[in-house]
Amino acid sequence: MTDLASPAVMVSSRSAENRRDIGIKRRYAAERRFRAYGISAIAIGLFFLAVLLWSVVSKGYTAFQQTTITLPIEFSEKVIDPKNERATDPKRLQTVNYPVLVRDALVKQLGIDPKKRPLVKQASDMVSDSVRTQLRDIVVADPSVIGKTIPVTLLADANIDSAFKGQIDLKVAESKRKVKDQQVAWMNELAEAGVLKKSFNTGIFSFGASSRPEAAGVGVALVGSAYMMLIVLVLSLPIGVAASIYLEEFAPKNRLTDLIEVNINNLAAVPSIVYGLLGLAVFVNFAGMPRSAALVGGFVLTLMTLPTIIIATRAALKAVPPSIRSAALGLGASKMQTIFHHVLPLAMPGILTGTIIGLAHALGETAPLLLIGMVAFVVDYPGSPLEPSTALPVQIYMWANEAERAFVERTSGAIIILLIFLVFMNLGAILLRRRFERRW
Amino acid sequence: MNTVPYKMIGKDVSVYYGEKRALFDVNLDIRENTVTALIGPSGCGKSTFLRTLNRMNDTIENCRVTGKITLDEDDIYDPSIDVVELRARVGMVFQKPNPFPKSIYENVSYGPRIHGLARTKAEFDEVVETSLQKAGLWNEVKDRLHEPGTGLSGGQQQRLCIARAVAVSPEVILMDEPCSALDPIATAKVEELIHELRANFTIVIVTHSMQQAARVSQRTAMFHLGNLVEENDTDKMFTNPDDQRTQDYIMGRFG
Amino acid sequence: MSTSLLLLIIVLIGFIAYFTGRARSLALTGGKLANLHSLPGYHGSYVAIWAVLPAALVLAAWLIASPLYIDSAVRAALPGSVQSQGAANVQLALGQVKSVAVGLNRLNAAEVAAIESGSANLRQTLAAKGVALAGEGEPYMVKAAQHLNATRLHSRWLMSAAVLLVAVAGGLYAIRNIAARFRARNQVERVMLGSLIVASSIAILTTIGIIGSMLSEAGRFFSMVSPTEFFFGTVWDPRFAAAGSEAASGQFGLLPLLGGTLYIAFVAMLFAVPVGLFAAIYMAEYASPRLRSTAKPLLEVLAGIPTIVYGFFALVTVGPFLRDISTQLNGLVTGNYQNFIQAQSVLTAGIVMGIMLIPFVSSLSDDIITQVPRALRDGSLGLGATRSETVKKVILPAALPGIVGALLLTASRAVGETMIVVLAAGVAARMQVNPFEPMTTVTVKIVHQLTGDLEFTSPQTLVAFALGITLFVITLCLNIYALYIVRKYREQYE
Repeated sequence: MTDLASPAVMVSSRSAENRRDIGIKRRYAAERRFRAYGISAIAIGLFFLAVLLWSVVSKGYTAFQQTTITLPIEFSEKVIDPKNERATDPKRLQTVNYPVLVRDALVKQLGIDPKKRPLVKQASDMVSDSVRTQLRDIVVADPSVIGKTIPVTLLADANIDSAFKGQIDLKVAESKRKVKDQQVAWMNELAEAGVLKKSFNTGIFSFGASSRPEAAGVGVALVGSAYMMLIVLVLSLPIGVAASIYLEEFAPKNRLTDLIEVNINNLAAVPSIVYGLLGLAVFVNFAGMPRSAALVGGFVLTLMTLPTIIIATRAALKAVPPSIRSAALGLGASKMQTIFHHVLPLAMPGILTGTIIGLAHALGETAPLLLIGMVAFVVDYPGSPLEPSTALPVQIYMWANEAERAFVERTSGAIIILLIFLVFMNLGAILLRRRFERRW
Repeated sequence: MNTVPYKMIGKDVSVYYGEKRALFDVNLDIRENTVTALIGPSGCGKSTFLRTLNRMNDTIENCRVTGKITLDEDDIYDPSIDVVELRARVGMVFQKPNPFPKSIYENVSYGPRIHGLARTKAEFDEVVETSLQKAGLWNEVKDRLHEPGTGLSGGQQQRLCIARAVAVSPEVILMDEPCSALDPIATAKVEELIHELRANFTIVIVTHSMQQAARVSQRTAMFHLGNLVEENDTDKMFTNPDDQRTQDYIMGRFG
Repeated sequence: MSTSLLLLIIVLIGFIAYFTGRARSLALTGGKLANLHSLPGYHGSYVAIWAVLPAALVLAAWLIASPLYIDSAVRAALPGSVQSQGAANVQLALGQVKSVAVGLNRLNAAEVAAIESGSANLRQTLAAKGVALAGEGEPYMVKAAQHLNATRLHSRWLMSAAVLLVAVAGGLYAIRNIAARFRARNQVERVMLGSLIVASSIAILTTIGIIGSMLSEAGRFFSMVSPTEFFFGTVWDPRFAAAGSEAASGQFGLLPLLGGTLYIAFVAMLFAVPVGLFAAIYMAEYASPRLRSTAKPLLEVLAGIPTIVYGFFALVTVGPFLRDISTQLNGLVTGNYQNFIQAQSVLTAGIVMGIMLIPFVSSLSDDIITQVPRALRDGSLGLGATRSETVKKVILPAALPGIVGALLLTASRAVGETMIVVLAAGVAARMQVNPFEPMTTVTVKIVHQLTGDLEFTSPQTLVAFALGITLFVITLCLNIYALYIVRKYREQYE
């Protein structure tokens, strides 16, 4: 600026040579590094998501197939009811040693000498112990089958199931694995004859708890979860909406409502296990409700879900423009009419989205249910929410604690079922949001 | 003009928002079947006064009204008055058109439905048709009554809102700058409509536009800083106002 | 009359009341609906509310109060010899009397007579009817049980009569009130508002319930174990004593559990915070809308996965993987193929919990960062700062309080997390610093102490509530402080 006479050409050439060093290169390098951190952070997150899902799916997809053996079972009167007491003693048919029927059929099918006890034992081990109840149910339902021979499809034992799915390394020394060479040979023989085959596993959706992996399923747990979701929906949606309407539309702004506000935000962040303690102390111990009941589980999950629904509902109510309220009030609608006729319907998509997300959360919640005793070995479908029941995530927890290899497969399978439910619920929420998203 | 009876009488009306006083002892009478325009610079309290007339201020927290406002001799701030009933008698049209996001038919029939003014489908049909006709909208929308009201143009939406207010058969209609969001053609239509409505309704209109006040009103009230400066026949107000401030405002010296 | 039948009748009366009220108001209109202050539906609802609500309240009050009254009446009727034996024995006798009472209802007259005359054994007779009796049962119990049954029956009839009377009276009263100018709508809306208030009080009641129940149970625990022993004890060894034995109740030191909890939460945060924060910054400042719209929801999928799934993932995938890789590493370096990371360890639980927390950190921080006003960003960029310099020097400092709040909320979640640590952290309560070894947490011990058979009088069970209240207080402080910071931060930029 001091040399006013210097020509412009000089200035530009000087700036090219002696440009102030502002460390452009270094700074761009830092910039690139910074971006790389960001990208790798996202990549790490997505990588773990992929690993997690892959881990579950790769371990679990085989759970949806089950090896079965179809054998002609002779319901021999000699075994079932040798003294012909069934007309007089109805309990007679309950206590029969039904596995013998299967053993005999298998021995016949494989052509084993019935006198070679160890061989017979090995053969009958190939079939699940659940045949006892399976055959009993057939006979009790229709005693006229006694004396006849009919083909029955039986579950293969979990070890045979694993072996047939190729999950057992047959190169390992025979003594170190649960499936013996002889059994593998029989297995292949039966498979070739078309007697033993893999089919879609409907049992995992219908069975209850069992100590035998092949006879264990999430059916009973699904019923328990369904009861609880129903209770949560029926209680938390109306209560949550009512509470939000009061807090958002009616409550005066003062210390008390401020406290409620903080309180609700805090409740949304309280660890879920604390709700379990609350349920145990208040519902089970104080009010004397039954332990392990879906009713108590539903109450606990309702309390847990309420803050989520209230927060979502309040946001949805807030998003309805005030001009709608003025319009209705200006026409002489009362405040209640304004809210129930106009504001609430407009907020409904947001409310339902929040509710679905809250329900999805409740569906996967485990810890509080453990405390109120839903970690129970429940074999039969609960007939009402007052009967002992279990829930899908709790069933997963219980199976995760089982040592057997086949239970890992079942657990992963149950997780896949749980995740599929969650995916559908969340998709529903997203679709709802997309479909009804309103621009004011 | 003096022979026209008073529909609403405001006596010493003051409004407070918390500690802040927004209106100072306003005495203003609204004549029956007359269009009264409230004018004045922004923040002068004209909208606040308008909203006291059907107690829309009740919806604002810590807003307090003192003084007395009567509608046909009933004190509208009397505890025995049901505010809902009051608003059915004193309807309101807002600055921005705010149709419900429902069909045109439902927009118009909502008021009669909640007030029990119609019961059968035929009665509702009739109310909807006559209201839309009064609002000069019937010919434009009669073929799409069940399409959403939000699909109409701005001017049509505002006339729909007027139809909606008319459907309740109020005695007084309050209009809070009803044309401020509209283009000149739509404004002209709404002004024409106000003219026609005058035969059946008492109308109070807040407006920013001097020309509009001159065009549509018979009486004009000028507010400034929360005070009522002058109230007079519109013709007189715009030719020979009593107050210097009115003159300045009308001449555009402040505002 | 059974309670459900009574409820059904009340509902029925409610319906009748609704339609009567509606019809009556319609009759008053003289053909013009506008003559009514409120729509007929409101008149109907008004009458129905008067018919149902007071009756339901009476019913509820009676159902709560009558067992208490009956209990005390029966207790007073017990022979003096029993009453003098102390509260526990009276309670026991009362329980037996109640069983007998249930049993007597299943017997026919002849059997009752046989028992009264002593010719039939009480216990056996009842057992045959499916009622198990804890003791042999004494003669006075039959008398007391009959008294109990009579009182119950009496109370039931009285209750039914009272409830129905109140329902009908309420309905009639309300019908008399109906007039053309009657403000039924205002009355109905007042009841609606009342129910809205009741609904919103549930949120408060939940907190009161949490604090109240845990304080009272923890109080019972502290009456057996001193608070200093609990809060400053360094050994956790709650031996499950045989039921009834008072001695050797074990040691309940909180510190090893708290140490494990904080250690695991720390490892998890160490993993989640950098990843989550950088992901949030990239998403808010750099990412194209397309990347953002796919990566953000995908990361949030991590937040939607139930924690039990993470626990299982840790148990069968991450834990064994870390164990095996440590075996290999050790082998390569020292030649000794011995794993130095346990399958269940602080590291396993920490990493998996960290994965779970990534979306919390990233979406909370993303919200905070995008709230920083554009003007700040433009100001910095306009001076020639690079994007990363803008982020580091301007945006992060401006967003810092909000981010700290977000991290505190995340930490609160880490401290309270249960299923991951139950499956991945181990059960050994010890104080140590090696992240490759298992440690246990407060939440794990709550689950352990409360699964299985519960004895609500033993310190082994009650300690869970003391742990629970500790956990609640820690997370409460974190949450409230974090919510306060975030709120202040929001207000700053609003």
